Amino acid sequence: MSTLWLWASDACLLIGSFLLLTGALGFLRFPDFYARIHACGVTETLATGFVLLGLLLRSDDAMPQVKLVLILLFVLFSSPTASHALAKAAWNAGVRPRDNSGKRRVSLPHTDP
Amino acid sequence: MLCLLVATAIALIAVRGLLASIMLTSVYGLLSASFFVTMDAVDVAFTEAAVGAGVSPLLLLLTVAIVGRREAASNARRLVVPLLLVTVTGALLIIGTLDMPSFGSPDAPAQTHVAPRYLQQSGDEIGIPNVVTSVLASYRAYDTLGEVLVIFTAGVAVLLALAPAGQGGSARAEPPAPEHLAPHTILQVVSKLLIPFMLLFAFYVQFHGEYGPGGGFQAGVIFASGIILYGLLYGLPTVCRVIPPPVVEVLAAVGALIYGLTGVLSLLAGKNFLDYSALAADPVTGQHIGIIAIELGVGIAVAAVIITIYYAFAGRLHTRED
Repeated sequence: MSTLWLWASDACLLIGSFLLLTGALGFLRFPDFYARIHACGVTETLATGFVLLGLLLRSDDAMPQVKLVLILLFVLFSSPTASHALAKAAWNAGVRPRDNSGKRRVSLPHTDP
Repeated sequence: MLCLLVATAIALIAVRGLLASIMLTSVYGLLSASFFVTMDAVDVAFTEAAVGAGVSPLLLLLTVAIVGRREAASNARRLVVPLLLVTVTGALLIIGTLDMPSFGSPDAPAQTHVAPRYLQQSGDEIGIPNVVTSVLASYRAYDTLGEVLVIFTAGVAVLLALAPAGQGGSARAEPPAPEHLAPHTILQVVSKLLIPFMLLFAFYVQFHGEYGPGGGFQAGVIFASGIILYGLLYGLPTVCRVIPPPVVEVLAAVGALIYGLTGVLSLLAGKNFLDYSALAADPVTGQHIGIIAIELGVGIAVAAVIITIYYAFAGRLHTRED
């Protein structure tokens, strides 16, 4: 039973690390600001979730588990909010989405009045 | 970890935009905090994470909001003398470290002088599990009193430097701020959920400082960051209504006074200044009472001073916008 938990924990940690890696890659390679935020924000939330889940399965004491769950809750609250704040600040500062080469502006489906 | 620190420091020098360098300062603070954790100095790491990565970049950001985000072009010729000075000082510091005993060496002065006594007897003399707190708050209470007074003086100096003429204190922002942007609804909702827990955590750190990492300094900074976050999202007038600036300024002095008065009380009871064993019949209980009292003083002073500084900076920003 415990080896099964360990395997599951290993799998979670690996998936989390892989997602973090893809996030970093996306942050470096994506053409415009919003795509980069997307790469960071989405993978960060999911990857942190996986890493914390992996650690949760690995620990066998109640106190660290409670703390990990609290950290997970905090990340689930704060990380998307931080991404949102960045994106909103960028929009207010006049940053607009660009095309794949990062040169031209993309025409938006609808513009705010 | 050290490589990351050095890389951040070099990037900090290379980057020109002030905004980017503030972010790098924050990254540097967070990295130092994790570095302190690996060195088992959790209390210091706590402070560094709260101050270095949290509050001081925030104050720098407020400054940049006032002065603009571009670095002034510097004259290359005038850079030579400072560069020389910095190089010489750095070289002297590095030469100085060569004489230091290697890290963790058992015959280093840090390990042989007073540390063994603190580690072996603080359990009997002070009776609290966190030796860092008993060293900071009891054995070295003079030093900590000095630190608190330094922080208090810093707050007073910021007030003197930044408060506009004719005003009694940091921020007297009476007219409501012009809402030129849509309100940050999502941020406000999430922060409303989180800020109570931040303040609760600050109290936990404050009163749990004897048993785990924490204490007045960390708790004060965490409390102040909760208030500052509220101020950032809801505007200066709102937060000034919640905690009026005169109250904060008085509290800063009250915090420092609590610390000093604890010392005077033990003086009146016939012991040395800041010798808490005089505060109760049982010396260990006296130590407990003294430590809790001065940690409370430290927490109040630190939180109040940081909030005061924030008010002063943000008030400056306000008056500039009008």
